[in-house]
Amino acid sequence: MAGLELLTDQGYRLDGRKATELRKVQARMGVFAQADGSAYLEQGNTKALAVVYGPHEMRGSRSRALHDRAVINCQYSMATFSTAERKRRPHGDRKSTEMSLHLKQTFEAAVMTQLFPRSQIDIYVKILQSDGGNYSVCVNAATLAVIDAGIPMRDYVCACTVGFVDETPLADLCHAEEGGGVSSLALALLPRGGQIALVQMDARLHQDHLETLIEAAMTACKGVSKVLDGVVRQHLHEASVHSRE
Amino acid sequence: MKETPLSNCERDFLLKAIEEKKRLDGRQTYDYRKIKITFGTDYGCCFVDLGQTRVMAQASCELVAPKDSRPNEGIMSFNLELSPMASPAFEQGRQSELSVKLNRQLERCLRNSKCIDTESLCVVSGEKVWKIRVDVHTLNNDGNLMDAASVAAISALCHFRRPDVGIQGEEVTVYGPEERDPIPLSIYHMPISVSFAFFQQGTYLLVDPCEREERVMDGLLMIAMNKHREICSIQSSGGIMLLKEQVMRCSKIASVKVSEITELINKALLNDKTARKAGGRCGFAESMPQERITALKTDQTSVEMTDVAETASSVFQTAEAPPQTAPSPLVPAPGVGQVGEGVRNTWGLEEEGEEEENEEGVSSGGDSVEEMTKMEEEQHKESKSRKADVVEILDSDEEEEEEEEEVVILYPETTGKAKNAGSSSGQKGAATSRKQRKK
Repeated sequence: MAGLELLTDQGYRLDGRKATELRKVQARMGVFAQADGSAYLEQGNTKALAVVYGPHEMRGSRSRALHDRAVINCQYSMATFSTAERKRRPHGDRKSTEMSLHLKQTFEAAVMTQLFPRSQIDIYVKILQSDGGNYSVCVNAATLAVIDAGIPMRDYVCACTVGFVDETPLADLCHAEEGGGVSSLALALLPRGGQIALVQMDARLHQDHLETLIEAAMTACKGVSKVLDGVVRQHLHEASVHSRE
Repeated sequence: MKETPLSNCERDFLLKAIEEKKRLDGRQTYDYRKIKITFGTDYGCCFVDLGQTRVMAQASCELVAPKDSRPNEGIMSFNLELSPMASPAFEQGRQSELSVKLNRQLERCLRNSKCIDTESLCVVSGEKVWKIRVDVHTLNNDGNLMDAASVAAISALCHFRRPDVGIQGEEVTVYGPEERDPIPLSIYHMPISVSFAFFQQGTYLLVDPCEREERVMDGLLMIAMNKHREICSIQSSGGIMLLKEQVMRCSKIASVKVSEITELINKALLNDKTARKAGGRCGFAESMPQERITALKTDQTSVEMTDVAETASSVFQTAEAPPQTAPSPLVPAPGVGQVGEGVRNTWGLEEEGEEEENEEGVSSGGDSVEEMTKMEEEQHKESKSRKADVVEILDSDEEEEEEEEEVVILYPETTGKAKNAGSSSGQKGAATSRKQRKK
């Protein structure tokens, strides 16, 4: 997309944000009564829905059960109406399998699976509207859902996608910014310890800029974690008020 | 087929060795295995050996209609196949997790980094473009398929020549190799992936893990770079948690390795070019090492000899004295040999029975021949007495109420004469001795 100025001279981006500003995050926990845990998260125009079932007995092949930990099973899918062009997305195509694997890897690092041997935790995430930063929004939504399900975790898992334009890192990319050949880095972080659960980057970036980019991503993730923390506390407060009445 | 599970002792051995900074094949922590790149007779065919890991890449092209969203750009497609000949764990046709992971990593490493000028692949805008397809097949899996595949893919692309095309008005003619020389692709840069394996929750790090090391690793970090120090792709996998400093350190190591490997690829390409120009025979068959079945020849393996003398002397000091040597065998009769006197009965039977047996053993003397014959006699006697007796199971409540032993005694009371030294009838001896005590 040539000619699209991703960062103006005054430092404003396409949607009027500054370089380090995140999009507006709105989230709601406990949206489904049937599931053990569920959450709906909007980050700008990207909307994701996450549902958690578990921990429960191993379904399907018992042989895959681990004797000392729980198995985390993730499934990522995009709704057909989620992108600008309606596309039928078959389950099990390479991109969604890869995304499911990444989610699984992220949560295996964060969830305390040693407490539930021989059991399974299912995390299902669906993108309802895709406007960039799909992976990050999924991770954030799934974190809230896992917390809603009451499964113990080491820390919040916060993710953010950052890009690098004109020597400046841009936090929380939207779709237009992602598509412009910008080097984007997706990072999933456990904020308290500063531990990176997953790092993924595409497109060319000079090695010298890597450190600044990772730093920017970590700062953005810490910002997201504050928002998520606020959402969880708000939800608990509402729930306790309800139960008191 | 399911992979053979890794035994715990092997796992412990590998982890302990890694803690001491030792690897199975004697490499240093940041060393790559020997990389060998050979090209086939066709343009675009490349074999890469990374130690014992072997992959083959083939680049090919065809004219197709372009994508609607990009009418004047060519199409690149990558496909990595985990062939069952590489490892018994790979199954034909099944798209396992590893296959998806490697395919996506290869795609992201080569396509998203825009290493090839796709606009030069356009023939007629909106109608005909070249579609370049790279197929990578794994031939032998000894760990680190990703790096081998990326080297093979980029070498194949560098080696590949596409047919020349002539456009006259509306007519498009594709010239064969005899008519016009094929044209190489225009490659901007060569992204190479470097894999780092993490052990013990990220404490230890190894470059280029072999298959055993891959089994015990906690997680993997793949960094793809080119020689201009531009990072083309980073991907962490496995449930490990990294720190920013670790990622930075890995990227520095990767830049060094990538420049070495890029030089290797360029050298191999140059060698191939000169060989073809000189008209010499080239191709895979020529580059095969002289591994004849009738010859036994292996590469020299280096053995670490530091501290060997000290370790040996310490082992000698702590070792116990060697056990006594057994007496030389005796030949009592032709076709019969005897060494020693047999092991003492350790079934934990009544002491009386054992004492009696011991006495008997002593009284029989040290002469082996006599022992032998005596045993034969006793067994003979026993078999005789056995025929006459009836096997009955002792009533436990009648006589053995005080003793709660759960011994089912099959042979009824016999007179205490037949005291046998052989262990096979030891139980019988015990039963009889117990019976006698009762009486």
